[in-house]
Amino acid sequence: MLLCNLVSIAIRVGAPRIVPTRGIPFPTGDPELGPEEERRLRRRLLDRALEALGTAVEGPTVFEAAEAS
Amino acid sequence: MRIVHYVNQFFAGVGGEEAAGHPPEVREGAVGPGRALIAQLGPDFEIVATVLCGDDYAASAPGATEELLALVREAAPDLLVAGPAFTSGRYGLACARLAAACSRAGIPAVVAMHPDNPGLDEAAPAPVIESGKIGREMRASIERLAGAIKTLARGEELREQDGRVGRVPRHNRLADRAAAPRAVELLLARLSGDRERTEVPLPSFGTITPSAPIEDPAQARIALLTESALVPMGNPDRLESARATRWLRYSLEGMDELEQGVYQSVHGGFSTVAANADPHRLLPLDVARELEREGRIGTLHGEYLVTAGNGTQVATARAFGVEWAAELRQAGVQAAILTAT
Repeated sequence: MLLCNLVSIAIRVGAPRIVPTRGIPFPTGDPELGPEEERRLRRRLLDRALEALGTAVEGPTVFEAAEAS
Repeated sequence: MRIVHYVNQFFAGVGGEEAAGHPPEVREGAVGPGRALIAQLGPDFEIVATVLCGDDYAASAPGATEELLALVREAAPDLLVAGPAFTSGRYGLACARLAAACSRAGIPAVVAMHPDNPGLDEAAPAPVIESGKIGREMRASIERLAGAIKTLARGEELREQDGRVGRVPRHNRLADRAAAPRAVELLLARLSGDRERTEVPLPSFGTITPSAPIEDPAQARIALLTESALVPMGNPDRLESARATRWLRYSLEGMDELEQGVYQSVHGGFSTVAANADPHRLLPLDVARELEREGRIGTLHGEYLVTAGNGTQVATARAFGVEWAAELRQAGVQAAILTAT
């Protein structure tokens, strides 16, 4: 599965499982956040990645990660 | 004409995936599809030897192509024939690399594969002849390949009408009309709905069949991969920052996180300031270990694979993908998380 920011390109090249991220230079982070908050974001991204890996797909499918609660 | 034929473990009858690690081997005469080929070619042709190798070995063992080339040389053929590889990625790469190596070593070579095969662009300078998509199309594929071999035996070059696909060496020729009227004609064609006509075909991304989902991540071995060019500080293995021709692997054994100042990104396509301040922004090792400790990931694979995805040729990237998949499968990895910048 793919964690990336350029979702439209990922879809165009046919990546089957995509989790969108916040910026090109930091797929599993966000320097705008404080350290703890950033780590929680990373956790949400990977939680979603594991769900994506366990889900059957037919073609490029986007799995949005949960918003911060 | 003396021919050496290259086939994978499957078509040689050695075995399926369980035999994909089979090392290079030579057998006298024709084996498997070689027999059908020789029947089509007739008495002026002889398959003096068949070189065979497992797909994983051929696509991912370092030096595999050189080993195979040495075996081909020993048989002193007039021509190396590889495939048909259909759409099989590892087999196609192995065929293409061996054919390219033979060509460069002065042994004429020809490959048969489907145009969607990731090996397509690696065969040059050796020509590629189109085959069917799957092994069931063997018969028609062998007929076309035999025709191409006969053409080569006459000393002629292979062209599109012989079934040649992939990169064809460019030749200058005089067009019947200047560029301007041709361009206007293409524009008019497009305006009237023709989306296909072009003088410059773009590379195709092919089609990707999604893999089946893993049943339970808590039971799986999962790998972390990245194209973000994250390497140890100082880039000891000299990964390119753009147009990468290589990928690398680095150990994650015994590490819970990526220490600041120990890793850096050498990617040339974005500002690496944020990533260098905290490499987990590129490779989420800290959280992956946490998930492993909690039992949500069975095992995290002991190394991460990395390249620089920046201006990389599609064919090169595709080849990396095939190599990564072969490597991970051999290591018992069931799923991978790839971070892309």
